[in-house]
Amino acid sequence: MGATWRFALLLCMVLMLSRSLANEDTGLNAGTTSSPGHQTDSGHGTGEEDSSHGESGHEGEPITTLPIVSWKWHHVSTPYIVVLWILVSWLCKIVIESNHHVTNIIPESALLICFGFVLGGIIWGYSMPNKLFFSNMGAILIYAVIGTCWNAASLGLSLWGCHMGGAMGDLDIGLLQYLLFGSLIAAVDPVAVIAVFEQVHVNEVLFILVFGESLLNDGVTVVLFNVFDAFVSLGGPQIDAVEIIKGIISFFVVAFGGSLRHQKHPDHRAWLRLVLGYLSYLTAEMLSLSAILSIVFCGMCCQKYINTNMDERSVTTVRYVMKVLANGSETIIFVFLGISAIDKTIWVWNTGFILLTLFFIFIYRFIGVFVLTWILNRYRLVRVEFIDQLIMSYGGLRGAVAYGLATMLDEAKIKEKNLMVCTSLIVVYFTVILQGITMKPLVNWLKVKRAAVTDITLVEKLQNKVFDHMLVAIEDISGQIGHNYMRDKWNHFEEKWMSRILMKPSARKSRDYVFNVFHQLNLKDAMSYVEEGERRGSLEFIRNETAIIDFKKKFADDFSEVMPDITADTSDDHGAMSPMRRDPVPSISLDMARADHDAAPVKGQEAAPPQIQPESTSTQTR
Amino acid sequence: MGACQTRAEHQYQDLADKTGFSFEQIKNLYQRFQQLSGNEETISRANLDSMPALANNPIRKQIIGAFFDKRNQHQDEVGSCDQIGFEQFLMVMSHFRPPNLRTTDEEKEAMRKEKLRFLFNMHDSDNDGTITLAEYRKVVEELMSKSGEIGQETAKAIADAAMLEVASINVPNMGPEEFYEGITFEHFEEILKGLEMESRMHIRFLDVDTSTMRCGKSQS
Repeated sequence: MGATWRFALLLCMVLMLSRSLANEDTGLNAGTTSSPGHQTDSGHGTGEEDSSHGESGHEGEPITTLPIVSWKWHHVSTPYIVVLWILVSWLCKIVIESNHHVTNIIPESALLICFGFVLGGIIWGYSMPNKLFFSNMGAILIYAVIGTCWNAASLGLSLWGCHMGGAMGDLDIGLLQYLLFGSLIAAVDPVAVIAVFEQVHVNEVLFILVFGESLLNDGVTVVLFNVFDAFVSLGGPQIDAVEIIKGIISFFVVAFGGSLRHQKHPDHRAWLRLVLGYLSYLTAEMLSLSAILSIVFCGMCCQKYINTNMDERSVTTVRYVMKVLANGSETIIFVFLGISAIDKTIWVWNTGFILLTLFFIFIYRFIGVFVLTWILNRYRLVRVEFIDQLIMSYGGLRGAVAYGLATMLDEAKIKEKNLMVCTSLIVVYFTVILQGITMKPLVNWLKVKRAAVTDITLVEKLQNKVFDHMLVAIEDISGQIGHNYMRDKWNHFEEKWMSRILMKPSARKSRDYVFNVFHQLNLKDAMSYVEEGERRGSLEFIRNETAIIDFKKKFADDFSEVMPDITADTSDDHGAMSPMRRDPVPSISLDMARADHDAAPVKGQEAAPPQIQPESTSTQTR
Repeated sequence: MGACQTRAEHQYQDLADKTGFSFEQIKNLYQRFQQLSGNEETISRANLDSMPALANNPIRKQIIGAFFDKRNQHQDEVGSCDQIGFEQFLMVMSHFRPPNLRTTDEEKEAMRKEKLRFLFNMHDSDNDGTITLAEYRKVVEELMSKSGEIGQETAKAIADAAMLEVASINVPNMGPEEFYEGITFEHFEEILKGLEMESRMHIRFLDVDTSTMRCGKSQS
């Protein structure tokens, strides 16, 4: 999972580097046309171009609106692999070239910003459990929006207060600039979170809360950052500020309005509206935002279709490529952060500022999380436990986004830019290194509930299906609309239209989870049956010549066309099955010539092949 | 008018005690009941069958059957009836109440058992206390029937495999001559103990009147 994350880092780094190279040639005032050479991946490239244009536009010009980029992602799914390979070959070329431009600040910062962006989408597509995400969406949004705003505001104000109190000596920073600084340092970074939590394996709910928050709060961060940056630029005249304030207010209205409605009428359409409203607001106003969120959501949509449309080998290839590149990109991003510290010209040290920042970040994170969780627990069915809250607070790692935003500050307007850059670096180091290292021991020590590793049984899967349908039916009968109803309608719509358009029939069949589990179970059964038979020295079915043929035939006919597709969903540890998959039984049966009638296999396994011996043993499973 | 109201309230109090719903919820559900029954006193299977919203649901037969199943009325009767009144309707609905923050652990345990019992009854159509392979096959076939791509043979095989799983979990050391009769309620409980029934098997019952708030959803 972390693998795919880091791969996306690399992806965006590649794009940004190449984009910055192009910028070098054409100057910073790049027009809205995308830079040349980025057209390999239509949606992907254009999305990034627009967002990066947003970056450069942001520096000197008023905020321009972005044409909606999210819808272009639907083209990505099929040429996905092609794109990946092209980017890989690009990477090599560009990394070599980029060494000339490392010291140039613009590409670095834009690069770092983009880490955060493309991060979400691809990774999310492959690893995010959508259902869990959506059912915790409310909590995640609250943490992301309110939590981040709280962090930013409280930090900015506290620092300003300390400044007024003289704790920092002689600094030329005003209130607005403190708020600006607060906003850029407030956001929890998804990369860092992934890197740390990946090792730790906490329970899914906790993970999804922290992770979802870190993804969505990038949006909030950039909103706040832009707002305060504009404030700082204008120096406070009312005219444009009013617009911005209106923007903030509408932002909050969207956020709160949705949740207020939700309390009164637990109609989950309210949540949908909230999310859509949030999305559309951000899309309309904030360029750089739309990239991450659209990517995120398109990643979620594309996930299913990508996996099932590609055949097994392609999917495996993709995964391996991602793993390989992931290692590279993780190294790159953090080494990069380390390297940037060496640049002596930017080092400014102010003990008070730095220490106070660290202190306040820590404290306010805890306060924010605990207060919000307390509020949330009143409305959640499954409470967020105290220990989980602790981990959530402790897991508020800052990362590259903070550093990137800091470097984007305009030196002319913000005299103490270097100080801010340094502080953000130190904060990143502190949180990533210290908190990262101590996270695992802390989790162990606190005995945080871990992710369940047991496989869910076939019966449970079937039961889940029963639940889904049953709850929808009861909701219909009782006339109460709930999210089961919504989900069912969506599934139905999806079954009817989108699947037909986007997926091959065999892929559709294999997509059914129960079928998947059943198939895996079958294979497992077959294997264990054979092993058991090996162990005991006899295989019941070899007495019946026709049975062997049935087995092969049955598998070949019924499952062959979906077998390659099915293993697309299996994780790596099922790779052990693949050598057996094609030819499991007959090769072993040839060795087991002895028909030892007494050592019949255990009942549970003997009944495993009702498929194998449909006639003779079916009575025994009655 | 006044007399009717107090009688209704008295009735509601009774129902509230039995099922655990609040007055508001009972009122809402009563309105829904009236809608479904066409303002009659009882609902028949035909009323529920004709709901268009249920048409796409693969297990509608089982669910509708559950309403008419006497075992779900908790009165130790078996068999099924043809018409149900409002009280029976409520009793079935009460299986889907969510636990609130005030339910104690024993109450949660009792709720869980109730819900499991409901599910079990849904599978065990001949009331003999075990879910046999044939019964389970039927359920799985219906479940898979609307998935489109999964044929009947496969559904049967899936049911077989699931039965097998239950057998191997519950009776791991069966000898070669024994065969697995069927899933008893205890086995059923055992195999589903990983599922958090209390938090999964529930719907939200609203306290406010929603009949005027829905737009476009069919009422029948």
